[in-house]
Amino acid sequence: MTGRVAWGNQVQVIRPRNWDEALAARAAIPNAMPMAGGTEVMLAMKLRHLRPDVLLDLRRIPESTRYESRSGSVCCGPNVSLTTIEERLARQLPGLAMTAAAVGSRQVRNQGTLGGSLAAALTGDLHPMLLAADADIELRSLRGSRWVPARHFYRGPGTTELDADELITAVRVPVATGPQWFCKVGRRQGLVKPLCSLAIVLDAGSADTRADAGRGAGQPPRVRVATGAYGPVPCRAPDAEQLLAEATGHDPGGRPAPLPEPLVREFGRLAAAAAEPVEGGGASAAYRRRALAVLAARGLRLVWDEFLAGGARGAL
Amino acid sequence: MSLTVTVNGKTYEESGDLAGCSLLTLLRDRFGLVGTKNACEQGECGSCTVWVDDVLVNSCLVPAAQVDRCAVTTVEGLGLSGLAGDDSARLHPVQRAFVAAGAIQCGFCTPGMVVAATDLLRRVAQPSEAVIRRELAGNLCRCTGYQRIVEAVLRAADLMAADSAPGSLPTHTSEGEQA
Repeated sequence: MTGRVAWGNQVQVIRPRNWDEALAARAAIPNAMPMAGGTEVMLAMKLRHLRPDVLLDLRRIPESTRYESRSGSVCCGPNVSLTTIEERLARQLPGLAMTAAAVGSRQVRNQGTLGGSLAAALTGDLHPMLLAADADIELRSLRGSRWVPARHFYRGPGTTELDADELITAVRVPVATGPQWFCKVGRRQGLVKPLCSLAIVLDAGSADTRADAGRGAGQPPRVRVATGAYGPVPCRAPDAEQLLAEATGHDPGGRPAPLPEPLVREFGRLAAAAAEPVEGGGASAAYRRRALAVLAARGLRLVWDEFLAGGARGAL
Repeated sequence: MSLTVTVNGKTYEESGDLAGCSLLTLLRDRFGLVGTKNACEQGECGSCTVWVDDVLVNSCLVPAAQVDRCAVTTVEGLGLSGLAGDDSARLHPVQRAFVAAGAIQCGFCTPGMVVAATDLLRRVAQPSEAVIRRELAGNLCRCTGYQRIVEAVLRAADLMAADSAPGSLPTHTSEGEQA
């Protein structure tokens, strides 16, 4: 591979027909750039951030666009498009559907994929929702396959658990057991980085999971909350979640009650304190901290009120 | 590499160093179909909007390699061809509506807007203004302020509903369209 001056000349495209071929290519050619919808790769090439000699086009792998429900989760191939999530999975995965619908434009949602979103910029919208929903990500290589929980997927700025010889081959998202919400703050609906984003999932549990956890009917729901485009990586806010769990866990068998406003505000403050917000890029860190606290409090009120109103599930 | 792609019903075979090339470049520079525009080339403005296998996409972000054996439809594929009569009879209802509503100033965003609006109206027969604005969020216009574009889409919805009433003529002949 010598003597190439201008990009775009003699770029090779490999188009595996199944995962075995894809993984073999990934192992044999470490600098081959995996590509699904192409939105990220083409943009990076245009901006000269990437100059791949080889593109690994994953779109011919049939099972990569399939999704199926099993055992209380929906298991998606990585090339399920954001439009498919928005339109076909809204009932089972309302939070993820709401998040996919918030991405960019119809054109980008048609081309963009679940796996591509995971492998792309960590400021993307889907990351906090995958965290809040407690999704698992399947990573495969010639060495084998493994499932990584979303909370272990994000290792550092620009770094995920995906090894150089691995590909994302599936994403498993638990079916909603309560209201879910996503919101982002920014200058435009999409196509630019948001100033911050937040995902919140209320898990009222199914009868089976409550029995497994030793919780009877009437046990308060658990709330999971995650931030995106905020700190160095997308992350959960365990202190905020713990605050709520302790405040609402005292009356097993009793009816859940509306949350006191000071509790909601403290939840917001703790969510914003879960990470150090980035400075710059359109807003100060102080603005991000304030915006995130407001979003978290608003999200908690929305999902809790919906839960109290008897809404079993659904995006708001 | 070589590829075979059908654009507006016509089959093209192309070969050469295409792997890093976008569908937009293919359409404009190789096939001479300049209706589709290039403004940002980053998937942010929507002026390059086309359909690939009836799916609305930004052609600037579609690698040429991915359209091998696909059917692409551009704005040039929306009108009626081979019909006698004046130009307005050859326009798709969405195009007619844009003209009638005064939704075209410099015209640069118009092909992308027309394609995106047609895609919307195929899926939602009578969208509200809020839905129109949301669904066209991927298409930017620097001239009009969008109001007349929204009115054009509302007008087009009525035209298409009238055109599809029993006894009316089909609105276009390209493959994959619904009257």
